[in-house]
Amino acid sequence: MPAFLLKRLIQSIVLLVIVSIIGFTVLNLIPGGPMAQYALDPGMTEADKARLAEQLGLNRPLLVQYFDWAWRLLQGDWGTSFRDGNPVLAVIGRHIFATFLLMGSSTVIAIAIGTWIGIRGATHRYSLFDYAATVGAMVALSIPTFWFGLIGIYVFSLKLGWLPAGNMYTIGDASVLDYLHHLIMPSVVLALVHIAIWSRYMRTATLDAISQEFVKTARAKGVSERRVLMKHVVGNALLPMITLAGVQLPSILTGALVTETVFTWPGMGRLFLDSLGYSDYPVVMGLLMFSAILTIAGNLIADIVVAVVDPRIRLA
Amino acid sequence: MTKQDKPNSSYTRRAALRMMAAGGAAGLIAPNLLGGPAFAQTPPETPTGRIVVGLSQEPTVFNPLMPHIEVDDGVNFSVFDALFRVNVDGVIVPNLATEVPSVENGGLSEDGLNWRIRLRDDVTWHDGTPFTAEDVKFTLELIVNPDFRAWRTTGHDLVRDITVVSPTELTWRMEEAFAPYMSFLTETFMVPKHILEAEADPNEAAFNQAPIGTGAFKWGQRLAGDRLELVANPDYFGEGPYIEQLVFKYIPDMTVLYAQFKSGDIDLVGQAYITPDNYAEAKNLPDRVVTPEPKGSVESIYLNQELPVFKEQAVREALYLAMDRPAIIDALYYGVPSPAETFMPPQSYYYNPDLPKQEFNLDRARQILDEAGWVPGADGIREKDGVRLSFKNSTTVGNHLREQTQQFLQQTFAEIGAEMTIENLPPAVMWGDFWGQSQFDSVMVGITYLVGGDPDVTYRFHTDAIAAKGGSGSNNAQYSNPEVDALLVEGSRTFDPEKRREIYFRIQEIIRHDLPFLPLFAYTNVYGHKAGIEGFEVNTNTRTESWHAAAWYWA
Repeated sequence: MPAFLLKRLIQSIVLLVIVSIIGFTVLNLIPGGPMAQYALDPGMTEADKARLAEQLGLNRPLLVQYFDWAWRLLQGDWGTSFRDGNPVLAVIGRHIFATFLLMGSSTVIAIAIGTWIGIRGATHRYSLFDYAATVGAMVALSIPTFWFGLIGIYVFSLKLGWLPAGNMYTIGDASVLDYLHHLIMPSVVLALVHIAIWSRYMRTATLDAISQEFVKTARAKGVSERRVLMKHVVGNALLPMITLAGVQLPSILTGALVTETVFTWPGMGRLFLDSLGYSDYPVVMGLLMFSAILTIAGNLIADIVVAVVDPRIRLA
Repeated sequence: MTKQDKPNSSYTRRAALRMMAAGGAAGLIAPNLLGGPAFAQTPPETPTGRIVVGLSQEPTVFNPLMPHIEVDDGVNFSVFDALFRVNVDGVIVPNLATEVPSVENGGLSEDGLNWRIRLRDDVTWHDGTPFTAEDVKFTLELIVNPDFRAWRTTGHDLVRDITVVSPTELTWRMEEAFAPYMSFLTETFMVPKHILEAEADPNEAAFNQAPIGTGAFKWGQRLAGDRLELVANPDYFGEGPYIEQLVFKYIPDMTVLYAQFKSGDIDLVGQAYITPDNYAEAKNLPDRVVTPEPKGSVESIYLNQELPVFKEQAVREALYLAMDRPAIIDALYYGVPSPAETFMPPQSYYYNPDLPKQEFNLDRARQILDEAGWVPGADGIREKDGVRLSFKNSTTVGNHLREQTQQFLQQTFAEIGAEMTIENLPPAVMWGDFWGQSQFDSVMVGITYLVGGDPDVTYRFHTDAIAAKGGSGSNNAQYSNPEVDALLVEGSRTFDPEKRREIYFRIQEIIRHDLPFLPLFAYTNVYGHKAGIEGFEVNTNTRTESWHAAAWYWA
């Protein structure tokens, strides 16, 4: 195990360096840059913009800018936002809670419902339920999240008035119930796509497990069908799902980009879009590194968990 | 001005300007000029209630001297004060100062070089420290400090020898006469010396995230990505505040911004307001007040004057004649904006109403091109001396209304033998060197020309302002006309509003004739708020709906 961890750690560092180089290059290849947002500012002159670019160190050679940024990062300094002058970590920190709350609740919903649909679809193969689930999954996968979001707001907020039209909580309220009330629609909308993905994978994994020899053996021994399903089939089918969860973790972050905008949810997805819009390079780079670390950690944890729960796998 | 002052005035803009020009009187009439019509309701004795303003961009910059965008202005106007304020009629009135300097009241020397500012003696910072002339000196010096990431430095860089005479009086000298500086000072918010002076690096001061001002509202708390809460300043020296809490709520999507206005989650729609396509529905919403008001910016097609094809007056004129503006305004913009002939906003005192009106006349356009020797080639596109009447037009990708307008124009231009190809770019690319260094053929763009309502447009139209030729301004069309240059210089050195008016009328005439840009329309914002809100007024001389939230209250 330690050898495995060391190997993974070195791989991760190499990966992070590559991610940072690509990210930095792509960001700076885009013409325009951080001063573009002031181009139409009344009274702002080209001279003012040149002075600001100089003060922010934007007129240094790219290589110098990159190494300066990387060297500071190694020392734990993530830089400061061009936009508001705050430390990048503090900026990200202010948005983490909202995103994790949304991610956490939608992941729970997606896994619970997706797994159930997948198992039921596999055990009742080619039934009406199975077909409905298949079609439903295709629909959920092919329709963009923002559309579901806007339809949700239209139906449940503006027409029925059951749920708030967005925001994390009511200004002046902010009780736990209020949070939950606001959480329902965005987390369900964000979960829709993931339910679809989870149910498809779970269905396949369950079908795989059902056809295994040990299931036949268990049945032959006279174990009840329910026990066979819960213990032997589902237990084994869930193993690849752990890996899937690790891979899916960052993809929920990308889903949040859209969901957070539609539901005015003050999370990292929106921060990322806004920072891109303002060419706030330090924050964009910070978020990029942050999500790269999250992705690597998600995969690593998934590998370790699989090794722990599945005695057939040994890490080396 | 005291809290007891009731806003009640029927001064006209012209009368007020005459008073200002007459000198000295502006200080006396100031409290009246700030208000609008008398309200049926009266504001509450103590600040009551909360108003939530929805914004489509997030305010993030709270040091008012650092580079910021429109939505940050709303916060600045609420937390801070400037020496002067520009009221809804475009008249500059005292705010932290007790008078607007003029030659008559001795605040300004004949040549406009020596300034004297007198300050109120009853102003305190939010932490209780008295506001004095030292703070003004500190603020003006900080702006030109080379280590400080200041926003705009125009005007400030001309100020020399700032001398504090007493806690309520200071003087300075200008390197050259610069009349627009008075307007610039209406947007130059004063920051506290006693707090910022102690900071090693003013760019990263704690103050920048929890500002202390003199304004009607104090800093409450900020929830990044979500909203900003300000609370009433009970010790405010001016009118108001009448509400206990002012909240700026960030709603990034325009559709959702409108949805939350309908659902009642926000009380007032701020920057970027209600989109034209929702106006018809919005004005019939129950318990909502929805009004379209002109905005200080003009949509136009910028023509790069260095392009051979645009060097020809006949081409610019013919293209202008070939624009079906009524169709564009009615069909695409739901009839909300109004036609424009000039860069000057229609509500400005300096707006020239007598400019020739554009007409949509394809025959006349063809005739002009024929007479100028532009002959249709084999493909129907006109040519002259080897130059094809063909050019690219660019705007920001994803702006559907602009993209549709381009297609409209493309068709009518084709009918006179002009070829316009569309090449749109993402905003960050568009507004970089492509725009700044005039690398475009033509651009569809909405521009606010005036700063604080001052008519000076030197940085947009003077020959020395062409950045692509080493100039320091934003003359992106690379427009150059010696007569306009001379008038612009004269205008920026003239303090008398009546005299300035003549100068800027002439400038508008020449620019309307030269057509360095083809005006499409003057923008109109559709404002909306809940029916119970009183005291809300639109001021097109500022960039924000929240320029005077101190006067807002719930009836």
